[in-house]
Amino acid sequence: MTSRQIVRLLAAAVPGVAWPGIACAGSFLEPAGPVAAAQISHLGVISALMLIVIVPMFVALPIVLLRYRRGGKGTYRPDWEFNWGLEILIWAVPVALVLALGTALWKHTLQNDPYRPLGPDPLVVEVVALDWKFLFLYPEQGVATLDLLALPQGRPVTLKLTSGTVMQSFIVPSLAGQIYAMGGMQTQLNLLADQSGDFTGRNTQYNGLGFATQSFTTRVMSPSAFEDWVDATKAQGTALDAAGYQSLLPASVVHTPVLYGSFEPGLFDQVIASFAPRMGHGAAAAPATSETPHHSMPMPETGQ
Amino acid sequence: MSLSERLHPGINLAGTDPEGHEAAEEVLFGFWIFLMSDLVLFAVLFATYAAMSVQGIAEGPGPAQVFDLTAAFLETLLLLLSSFAFGFALLAMKYRENRRSVLAWLLATGILGIAFVGMELHDYYVMVTAHAATPQTSGFLSAYYLLTGTHALHVSSGLVWMAIMAIQIAVFGFDKRVKLRLMRLALFWHMLDVVWIGIFTFVYLFGVTS
Amino acid sequence: MNWELIFGQLKWTSIVFSGAILNPSLSEFIASGAGAIAVLGAIAALILLTVKGWWVPLWRDWLTSVDHKKVGIMYIAIALVMFARAVIEAALIRAQQLSAYDSPGFLSADHFGQLFSTHGTIMIFFVAMPFITGLMNYVMPLQIGARDVSFPLLNAISLMLTLAGAILMMVSLVIGQFSTGGWTAYPPFTGIKFSPGEGVDYWIWAVSLGSIGSTLTGLNFAVTIYKKRCPGMTLFRMPLFCWTTLCTSILMIFAMAPLTAATIMLALDRYAGFHFFTNGDGGNMMNYANLFWLFGHPEVYILILPAFGVWSEIVATFSSKRIYGYTSLVYATMCIAVLSFAVWLHHFFTMGQSANVNAVFGIATMVIGVPTGVKVYDWLLTMVGGRIRFTTPMLFHINFLLTFILGGMTGVLLANPGIDFQVHNTLFLVAHFHNMIIPGVLFGMFAAVQFWFPKAFGFRLHEGLGRASFWCFAPGFLLAFFPLYWLGLMGATRRTYMWSDPTYLPWLALAMAGAVLILTGFALMVTQIVVSVRRRAQLAAPLGDPWDGRALEWSIPSPPPDWNFAVLPEVSSRDAFYEAKKAGTAYRSPAGYEDIEVPRNTATAPLIGLFACAWAFGLVWQIWWLVVVSFVLMWAVVIARSFARDTEETIPAATVKAAHEAFLAAVRATPGVTRDQEMTAANRGRAIPEGLEGGSGALSSDSAVGVSR
Repeated sequence: MTSRQIVRLLAAAVPGVAWPGIACAGSFLEPAGPVAAAQISHLGVISALMLIVIVPMFVALPIVLLRYRRGGKGTYRPDWEFNWGLEILIWAVPVALVLALGTALWKHTLQNDPYRPLGPDPLVVEVVALDWKFLFLYPEQGVATLDLLALPQGRPVTLKLTSGTVMQSFIVPSLAGQIYAMGGMQTQLNLLADQSGDFTGRNTQYNGLGFATQSFTTRVMSPSAFEDWVDATKAQGTALDAAGYQSLLPASVVHTPVLYGSFEPGLFDQVIASFAPRMGHGAAAAPATSETPHHSMPMPETGQ
Repeated sequence: MSLSERLHPGINLAGTDPEGHEAAEEVLFGFWIFLMSDLVLFAVLFATYAAMSVQGIAEGPGPAQVFDLTAAFLETLLLLLSSFAFGFALLAMKYRENRRSVLAWLLATGILGIAFVGMELHDYYVMVTAHAATPQTSGFLSAYYLLTGTHALHVSSGLVWMAIMAIQIAVFGFDKRVKLRLMRLALFWHMLDVVWIGIFTFVYLFGVTS
Repeated sequence: MNWELIFGQLKWTSIVFSGAILNPSLSEFIASGAGAIAVLGAIAALILLTVKGWWVPLWRDWLTSVDHKKVGIMYIAIALVMFARAVIEAALIRAQQLSAYDSPGFLSADHFGQLFSTHGTIMIFFVAMPFITGLMNYVMPLQIGARDVSFPLLNAISLMLTLAGAILMMVSLVIGQFSTGGWTAYPPFTGIKFSPGEGVDYWIWAVSLGSIGSTLTGLNFAVTIYKKRCPGMTLFRMPLFCWTTLCTSILMIFAMAPLTAATIMLALDRYAGFHFFTNGDGGNMMNYANLFWLFGHPEVYILILPAFGVWSEIVATFSSKRIYGYTSLVYATMCIAVLSFAVWLHHFFTMGQSANVNAVFGIATMVIGVPTGVKVYDWLLTMVGGRIRFTTPMLFHINFLLTFILGGMTGVLLANPGIDFQVHNTLFLVAHFHNMIIPGVLFGMFAAVQFWFPKAFGFRLHEGLGRASFWCFAPGFLLAFFPLYWLGLMGATRRTYMWSDPTYLPWLALAMAGAVLILTGFALMVTQIVVSVRRRAQLAAPLGDPWDGRALEWSIPSPPPDWNFAVLPEVSSRDAFYEAKKAGTAYRSPAGYEDIEVPRNTATAPLIGLFACAWAFGLVWQIWWLVVVSFVLMWAVVIARSFARDTEETIPAATVKAAHEAFLAAVRATPGVTRDQEMTAANRGRAIPEGLEGGSGALSSDSAVGVSR
């Protein structure tokens, strides 16, 4: 049984309720890439392991209550307070379980590090979080979009994120988990889509009145369709220059995606440099290999 | 040594009053815990400064450009001397119970403390006028002013406390409460020394060598 | 005339009612309605106080009191009032989300933002914190056999600072707007550039006041437990509630300082243009996240540990049995307290640090599951060999065991960075922490109220209404929050005031139904208190031991006298009072009485609270003269107090003797009741211990006389 089936089973185990919405395009319950698939299966593994401590409580508590209720059959032993066997059991089982869970956690965390590229030659997309929209820059293709993340199917993608405003949290649940986008700093998220289709992505960190509607479409297409899309965008879109970027800064909600046939080169680094002038260079040149340090340009690692 | 002697070797509350010692212990223990929570606050400010002094310089000046080690050294001397003087004030209270000598030592402590705060304000003045290094300049300077400013505020409130204690000595003499309060003020004052040693080392010494 | 000098940023349009006039909408009407309730509530309270002539007793017996019992009761009163507001806000949040499928719903986005921010801030800082603080205040000194806490005046000052913060929260309902930055107030969103106006300042100063109050409380309680235990009360003879109070106090001492530092830095950013957390100029919000959660994670254990203590007391008492694994519970508590400082980073796995760092903090988080799991099974084993009575507190406990362990499971899920990447900032997270805090902390406090109410007021609470409220609260919680887990997995983000996914609707409807049930439960609980007050003669249990209690607090009258213990008790075992009842040595007349010194009432604390409140209000609205004046006055009160000499009064031995002997005589004159009659009018607070009903003569009512001197 795969762990995904386990999750389904768990879900179905709650009686009396139908489970609508399992197939929604904005959730990792229906993954469209290896990262999200690994996340949901890890969820299943951990949940199943946790049953080891949960089930005994649900079984034992009713029995104890029935047996030792006032007037029940159990022997009254008011001074009983300790038993070495039980004591070892209730410490050893959680310790063993945490060893198992911890190992699983360690492996999964390292394997699915959002900074680890998912293959050679990833497509690099630079993401600028704005109030209440996302700007996507394709340095390789020279195109840019607002609130539309077009991706080729099957090719690894490296997203580099920063914010032109407050901190935001970027997620496309069907493809991968979230990562913060912060002003003057760059974070990274690697993902890969193995199904084509439209998936919802959004900001999950509250950033004001337009927060609820700050979502965008992630459109995964076949590699050739992606090439066509790039060409079409180049042909018909307008250019995004520095002034155009400035005009995006005031808070606004974007209802239909905007396409730009070209954008000012180095715009992403300029956005970072606008908050952290001394730190704006170096990372742009850093290759997106597995050796790329975390937070390559800006800040020390949090919490270290 | 009897229990009551062991409890507060530094201060003569009342050699023949074990109950007084016991009551004092609770108060002093409470003050130690207060100092501990105050030190946690300073620890947090130190940690913030440690991060900001490296990452938060932005376009402003760095530590080596703005700090004056000579002034910081003199401030250290002033503060250490003031602690020394406070020590003598407590000894005078313990062995002589002499208002005039205790007040004299407190006055010395206070003058040294005021000189310390004055020098620090002068440092700020120089930084702002000569280096344009205001707290609004960069994250590093924000953290610097907050850390040293919090310490200076502590010293200043210690000075106010000292003035009030001088009045209380004059009004009440050396009763148990006054003695206990002086002893707590001494603990407070010495703690500020320890914090300042940290500031001198990590902010100034490390700063000018960075 | 420059009005800004006098009123700062305050304008007549700051008053909430102006919104309903200038910009009429349902959202504004609701805001005005809430403001009106706050104003009318205050006016009604003033009228009631005047009509009933309660001003003098209120001032003389309560506000100026430094008695830990009264301070504790006042804390809990604050918590309940604030709970009433925040739970209604929660219901409004639910209703808005239900009504806002593909439409804006009935609340404006801004109003919704304020709602979730005040809801969180109030529930944590002005419900949970005062509730646990009040309870620890009331119970802990009684359990360790002390006459008061170590620093009674400091205790009253902590209370008044918390009250000042709570009043500031209530004022924000009427004057001005609150922050929309959530209870965590992450910059740079809460910086002056993105959140101009007074909202975040309300948050900063209300939280700072509460935080300073809590630091002082922690200090006070830790010293009390270390220094004021009665003779024979070694640390390992203390009731578990005292252990958890000790651990919580230590956490308060260490954890509140980072919060104070973070709020001060945020204030300096906002007021003085500093650059701690701004975008650019060297500011870095990651430092805020670290500081906030360096407080925030220990904070959740500050809340849950006293509740664990409550559960330990309740399960032992209503199983009529010793607690299983006392030592193991103590060590588990201490493990949790220490580990709580090592996991703060799991609140922001998504900030981009390396996988190794995430893994270390994830595993540390899971490790906390070990002592917590041990505790849960210790409570289960406590029931083994007992005689369980299904009273209201016990029902809450059973519900706690089942739901808390599920919350633990989702907590372990969230400890996995890989899973957290998906469900961080979603309703899954919201469901998780409510799952820990509601059945754990909140219901723990409700159970504690049921349990210790007769101790504090001398009469029991109506049991039927108590159970009724339980049967609304428990399923209400399940309905309100378990759908949120599923919504979170489906990708529903938190703090979202409208939706576009139709599949969310049924789940939101279920959650709304749950919210209604919780509100009903709360209404029933209020009814229970009112009914019980009316029937207090019938429910009276003045003899102090209505539940066949185990620790020292049950050995004294209900309500206890000002001095708590006529003679400081001497204990030689755990469960001291229970063992004394069993051995027939309870209710003995002491060999002699002595004068008792108690601290006099003083206006110091309420004055400090008043000026602190004015100071914070001045800061919020930048009324600088008020800031200066109230700050000076606040410290003037402190200094003036330091010159007061006559701060204690003596209660003569004769008074103590008369009161105590009268109590003992009443005990001896009253037949004890068995647990069968626990909920009947026969239960006056004299218990025959379970298992000894017909048995050993030492315990029958006649022989109690025999054990007197």
